[in-house]
Amino acid sequence: MTISRREFLASAAAGTAGLVIGFHVPNVARAAPKPARPLPSPNAFLRIGSDDSVTVLLAHSEMGQGIWTGLAMLIAEELDCDWSKVRSEHAPAAPVYARAGMAIQMTGGSSSTHSEFDRYRNVGAMAKVLLLRAAATRWKTTPAKLTATNGVIAFGGAAGPKTLTYGEVAEEAMKLPLPKTVKLKDPKAWKLIGTAVRRLDTPEKITGTAQFGIDVAFPGLRTAVVLRPPAFGAKLVKFDAADALKVPGVEKVVQTANGVAVVAAHFWAAKLGRDAVRAEWSAPEGGGVSTEKLLAEFRELARGEGTTVVDAGKAKQTIDAAASRLEASYEVPYLAHATMEPLNCSVKIDGDRCEIWTGTQFQSIDQAAAAQILGTTPDKVAIHTTFLGGGFGRRANPASDFVSEAVIVAKAAGVPVKVVWTREDDMRGGYYRPAYVHRVQVGIDEAGIPEAWHHVVVGQSILEGTPFAGGISDGIDRTSVEGIADSPYLEGTKSKHVSLHSPRTPITVLWWRSVGHTHTAFAMESMIDELAAAAGKDPLAYRLALLAGKPRFARALETAATNAGWGTRAPAGRARGLAVHEAFGSIVAEVAEVSVEGGRIKVHAVTAAVDCGTAVNPLGIEAQVQGSIAFGLSAALHGKLTIEGGKVVESNFHDYPVLRMSEMPKVSVHVIPSDAKMGGIGEPATAPIAPAVANAVFALTKQRLRTLPLRLAQDAR
Amino acid sequence: MRFKLDVNGAVRDVEASSDMPLLWVLRDLLQLSGTKYGCGMAQCGACTVHLDGQPVRACITPVSSVGARKITTIEGLSPDGSHPVQRAWAEADVVQCGYCQSGQIMTAVALLEKKPEPTDSEIDAALSGNICRCGTYVRVREAIHLASRLSRGGK
Repeated sequence: MTISRREFLASAAAGTAGLVIGFHVPNVARAAPKPARPLPSPNAFLRIGSDDSVTVLLAHSEMGQGIWTGLAMLIAEELDCDWSKVRSEHAPAAPVYARAGMAIQMTGGSSSTHSEFDRYRNVGAMAKVLLLRAAATRWKTTPAKLTATNGVIAFGGAAGPKTLTYGEVAEEAMKLPLPKTVKLKDPKAWKLIGTAVRRLDTPEKITGTAQFGIDVAFPGLRTAVVLRPPAFGAKLVKFDAADALKVPGVEKVVQTANGVAVVAAHFWAAKLGRDAVRAEWSAPEGGGVSTEKLLAEFRELARGEGTTVVDAGKAKQTIDAAASRLEASYEVPYLAHATMEPLNCSVKIDGDRCEIWTGTQFQSIDQAAAAQILGTTPDKVAIHTTFLGGGFGRRANPASDFVSEAVIVAKAAGVPVKVVWTREDDMRGGYYRPAYVHRVQVGIDEAGIPEAWHHVVVGQSILEGTPFAGGISDGIDRTSVEGIADSPYLEGTKSKHVSLHSPRTPITVLWWRSVGHTHTAFAMESMIDELAAAAGKDPLAYRLALLAGKPRFARALETAATNAGWGTRAPAGRARGLAVHEAFGSIVAEVAEVSVEGGRIKVHAVTAAVDCGTAVNPLGIEAQVQGSIAFGLSAALHGKLTIEGGKVVESNFHDYPVLRMSEMPKVSVHVIPSDAKMGGIGEPATAPIAPAVANAVFALTKQRLRTLPLRLAQDAR
Repeated sequence: MRFKLDVNGAVRDVEASSDMPLLWVLRDLLQLSGTKYGCGMAQCGACTVHLDGQPVRACITPVSSVGARKITTIEGLSPDGSHPVQRAWAEADVVQCGYCQSGQIMTAVALLEKKPEPTDSEIDAALSGNICRCGTYVRVREAIHLASRLSRGGK
């Protein structure tokens, strides 16, 4: 690959003058290396210290997905540095770190690795060229006569072999003009990419020293806990802070946009103070939203067609005329993200400048929101991205809720403030995976193959009313229907109708790990399983027949099935089910082995096969698949958020259970060698697990469970 | 009220209301932020510390109830991450977001003290009070078996 200087600067360092790759000015005494000192000019992606340390600046946030390691691998691969000297840090919020192909700095869509694959490798390759040139100048030779391995440049000239470390020439390299082109390695020459590399963030995460947003501390920083509306649609009428102010440690009580913040010396005082605030709220309109009523409305809407996503071949008539028909509805509830680290954000305001410390997936959005509140410009808002104690989409809010609120509190309080949400605040604070109802009707030919597919989806739009509303085209929020119209099962179906109702409700909604696929995979893979059963076919064989001509899907299915022992007898009392789904450019097939014990579904083992294209770090991919399965199982077995009278009923892990260790199946992950276009891996494996489990439950009990979380009928227990 | 606490082998004086949970004393008064807040009601285990070697949930432990018992937090487990459980965690590449891991590790350490060679079901029982939303459970299990071997001098 070649890249022009102009392109490189344009893509990698827009708005910065001079060098893209910053090198540390070497210390004089190498024997006593000091921490690498950044140059005052922007060091966009890489710093090499005189101590040979290599610091990679991450344009994406580490929230567990392993980007701390993955992006560093990309640079290190091309740089040929010593991996043991590589460390990562979050980049500041700045335009140069906008996600490749986007205008904003963000982490989401399972895109960090594939979107940065070229940029980070180019940075590494470019740095290596400069380092070799600097060494060549020192030795009065040409770079072509030098080799670089493991951070050491060698020259085997007439005077005998000479070596220099990267750190020793970093300062000189920094002064050289950027190369016009760089050549990236042939994949066959990769030494790091494709190998199992352990995480770089382990040392701080096993010693308690990793800094999450909630851990931010500096002199003068106060903690605030906020009283927020008790119901969707409720507005603050008035409040009395007298009792709150009596709590020892409470310093101030200030009003927010629609709430009351208690500012104190520490969390405990702030929380007791918050609980002591007496507030009056307006009653939400019409008695407040109720999820039970909403679902009933959604079911009614699903009886009629919505805005057309695809409509071809008179689906309804074809179904009516088909040899046989199948109809089913699938439902999923509202879900909280319930990241382990409750939401929090620290803010320090100084004149027209502001500093923010938080774990965010959305630096640019938060920066702009803070600037707007403070009447300043985004460049005056510095964001220090900490580690995120889980993201799953909750820390990527177009409405910037937890950051905006903290800015408002800090502004009103006139002191630096860390707003900390309690678990209950977090659970009840809105921004949920929306509930959905799918009504699917299929016309089946004599061979048992679907000849017409009619599919109506009902659920709130995530994108509507956000800066991402551009993702709504022809009235269709693509995140509501991804995985249906573009399903490989429907590709050859001539007669099909997919449509969408996007009802508006007072409930705030947001993307949740794997977004639309969380429900579309459940509907599609459940229905395919129902069709297989109706045709009297083996679920694997039936899928393979429908997916003829889709070798990646077939390979994923076969790999998962073979490794799960598909076709062999399951242990007594157990049965297997499978599902395959494509999301974020990756295909994942999963086989779940389940039993029913005491009326409860027990998942014993999950075998997953993944085709994500180039596998940068198989060890990280395995972790993401294991984790996605756990996340998806939480939703399959437990997750349900209920709203009554506008109020969220659930509040904490006792009434909003999530998967625990005792419920975690054995998981085996098979990464399929693939030269397909690189896909994502943080989310795709979440989607197939619910249908795989539901299909296994059907194989075991003949009960077809079409609602999440999965609940066996009482009489079958 | 004033309390004298034995934290990671050092006596620390704190001024706190008697009902203040140990978690917030550690985090906000003693700047030991490795112990995490996750639920505040002993549901998630992120705040697990040891009192005289026994795992407890610091979020529901009033500071006044600690007395002279020795408090060990993740920071006091080893000076450099070299405790066998920490080494096993690194080897098995367990962590993801990392937020729950202090609690997972403290619970695992206490389990191995009681049962040096735990079975999978003993691990499941002991660790089921520690929620991980990233889903590191499979590798937590692996790491505990590995730590068991490391503690007994194996590899």
